[in-house]
Amino acid sequence: MGLFNKLKNIVNKKKEEENKETIKVYDKGLEKTRDEFVSKLSLLGIKYTKINDAYFDELEDILISADIGVNTVFKFMERLKERIKKENIENTKDLMEVIVDELFIIYVNNENLTTKVNIQENGPTIILMVGVNGVGKTTSIAKLAYKYKNMGKKVMMIGADTFRAGAVEQLKIWAEKTESFFYGKDNTDPAGVIYDGLEMAKKNNADIVFIDTAGRLQNKVNLMKELEKINKVIDRIIPKAPHETLLVIDASTGQNGILQAKAFKEITNITGIVLTKLDGTAKGGIVLAIKEEIGLPVKFVGLGEKMTDLQTFDIEDYIYGLFKDMME
Amino acid sequence: MFEYMGDRLSKAIKNIRGMGRITEENITEALREIRMALLEADVNYVVVKEFIQNIKEKALGMEVGKSIKPDELFIKLVKDELVSLLGGDYVPLEVSKTPTILMLVGLQGSGKTTTAGKLANYLRKKQAKNPLLVACDIYRPAAIEQLETIGKSLAIDVFTEGKENPVKIVSDALNYAKENKKDYIIIDTAGRLQIDETLMQELKDITNTIHPDEIILVIDAMMGQDAINVINGFNTALSLTGTILTKLDGNTKGGVALSVRHLTNIPIKFVGDSEKLDGLSEFYPERMANRILDMGDILSIADKVESVISESEALDTARKMKKGTFDLEDFLTTLKQIKKLGPLENILKMLPQARKMGLNNISIDPKDMAHIEAIILSMTPYERHNPDILKATRKQRIAKGSGRSVEEVNRLLKQFEEMKKMMKMVSNGNMKIPF
Repeated sequence: MGLFNKLKNIVNKKKEEENKETIKVYDKGLEKTRDEFVSKLSLLGIKYTKINDAYFDELEDILISADIGVNTVFKFMERLKERIKKENIENTKDLMEVIVDELFIIYVNNENLTTKVNIQENGPTIILMVGVNGVGKTTSIAKLAYKYKNMGKKVMMIGADTFRAGAVEQLKIWAEKTESFFYGKDNTDPAGVIYDGLEMAKKNNADIVFIDTAGRLQNKVNLMKELEKINKVIDRIIPKAPHETLLVIDASTGQNGILQAKAFKEITNITGIVLTKLDGTAKGGIVLAIKEEIGLPVKFVGLGEKMTDLQTFDIEDYIYGLFKDMME
Repeated sequence: MFEYMGDRLSKAIKNIRGMGRITEENITEALREIRMALLEADVNYVVVKEFIQNIKEKALGMEVGKSIKPDELFIKLVKDELVSLLGGDYVPLEVSKTPTILMLVGLQGSGKTTTAGKLANYLRKKQAKNPLLVACDIYRPAAIEQLETIGKSLAIDVFTEGKENPVKIVSDALNYAKENKKDYIIIDTAGRLQIDETLMQELKDITNTIHPDEIILVIDAMMGQDAINVINGFNTALSLTGTILTKLDGNTKGGVALSVRHLTNIPIKFVGDSEKLDGLSEFYPERMANRILDMGDILSIADKVESVISESEALDTARKMKKGTFDLEDFLTTLKQIKKLGPLENILKMLPQARKMGLNNISIDPKDMAHIEAIILSMTPYERHNPDILKATRKQRIAKGSGRSVEEVNRLLKQFEEMKKMMKMVSNGNMKIPF
């Protein structure tokens, strides 16, 4: 059975189960991305029926235009050429499945990937959100809080972006909307805010605590040191916390995304990526390179502006969402 | 894993040094490296293709004279192409009428609100204008408060009118600006996807109501290949007059800069290069090309230094360095001047050859500088002029006063001595400054 059919079966089975909504969100969120990316690939299959150098050149361009990462694309092309040789593939039509398969392999790479969030049975689960400026940390917290609130959890938000004007206020509004506990303060040491916030979380018996931090460019030493200090403070109040440190990355990010993942991982124990703004035309291909080169998996994807549009990342749904038209 | 564009280019070009002439064969490698470098810098792949094709054609047609080496010729060619790709001359902001209306548009998180504040600050500081900020982002929670806070910290007027109707907000703001004799109106709009028809219509409605003199797209310098879809989307709907590239103080290579102008012919007017509200610089294509080519950006540094350090202070310091009478008091003054320049890494990165000397990856923690300052400030003026008298008890007192350790005090004194020695060597002509 080919990979397309396998994927289709998996997704169809999910459709019958309770995951129906999720697939719809993926389907809609990836609409624009798919339009561009897949129509380009399909056109390529029409333009060239036989595999040749010109076909490879154009395929390479399409992958690069999806921000998959230059090194990753070059390695991908080499593997593809090897497989073509080994499996005696001549038609571009037969190659489509191999392309999807290889994209899958870049991401999954024989690992047992989990998108499970490390929820603590006893005591609060601390989730720290980090990332460069403007990627959507605060909004992602709001959406995650909404999700856990609906699961019956006691949620708390700590506004520790003490630098950007209005950031604490922004999170506070979200806390009110999602009926979460809130602690935050402007213009002060973020570690101090977190200290007080966590004490309050303990007092309130919060189940899940989201900590919002200031956007920081990964090459700013003082800001990265600040993050180190934040981690120490969290660990002092709640040992072994944060239980999750999520790096938020904008889907439109180019090659710099790899440097972001690398630098943040060096400073703090990043447990996963939140890929935001995938509902635009951006393809978010950089996560494939980040997975391949840095080994960080995606845990959540932002597929729209609605509160329910931040979904647990599912590589099968993602690939299916991208290639749906070609599979049917 | 990653190399800077300048490094790749200079490595590629080195390969053709010493060749008698330029042939298709001996530039293939160089062209391949340039292609990789540009793609890794997120330059749009279509632009990369054209660029490589252009370079190849022009390089092969070049006459290599006896006096000019082929690698020099090649590097000049690459640089000229880069400059023309980046768009020739600097295009200043429009000033057509009073008030001149500037509208900032862009995706979510590109930095519109911060840039609005920086732009207002720039107009007042550099051009002595009286700008008005207009809060028109009615969707993002606390966006209006954010602009108000920025305005307050700059002491610049911010016009707000709730979260109801952006078209009404801007027309009322225009009246307010006329009544209060403002030279510029800077409109901060909500972030939106270029494919969001409802929100794009809102921008069109604003445009049709007040006819902005400039519609400026604020775009993140870290953006990848999708940048062109965003630029085209906004441009088709609104006829942009310029762009501002933000977050260029990160370690992004900013290939977007190369794509923007070439694919759309829209000039880049400014770049955002620090988190502070004075972190907005005019965009000069020639300088940017030099920076990419590892030729440094002396002019930009000169501008920066000039705006924060008075000439007489600098001359005074130089004289003392030469005479060898440079003491810790002078060192403190210099330190304060350097601090005014903003993050030191930014300055180092602009120096020509910085990468070769390994200075591009240097990271300087502002805290270290603060510690040095604290130590010197804990000395008496007499001690600063005569560091030789510092012995154990004085050092202990200084350490205590500055909250640092005696080791740190010792290290500073040692470093200072070495620095003095080096200065003497430089001024005696025994050592050449590497740039």
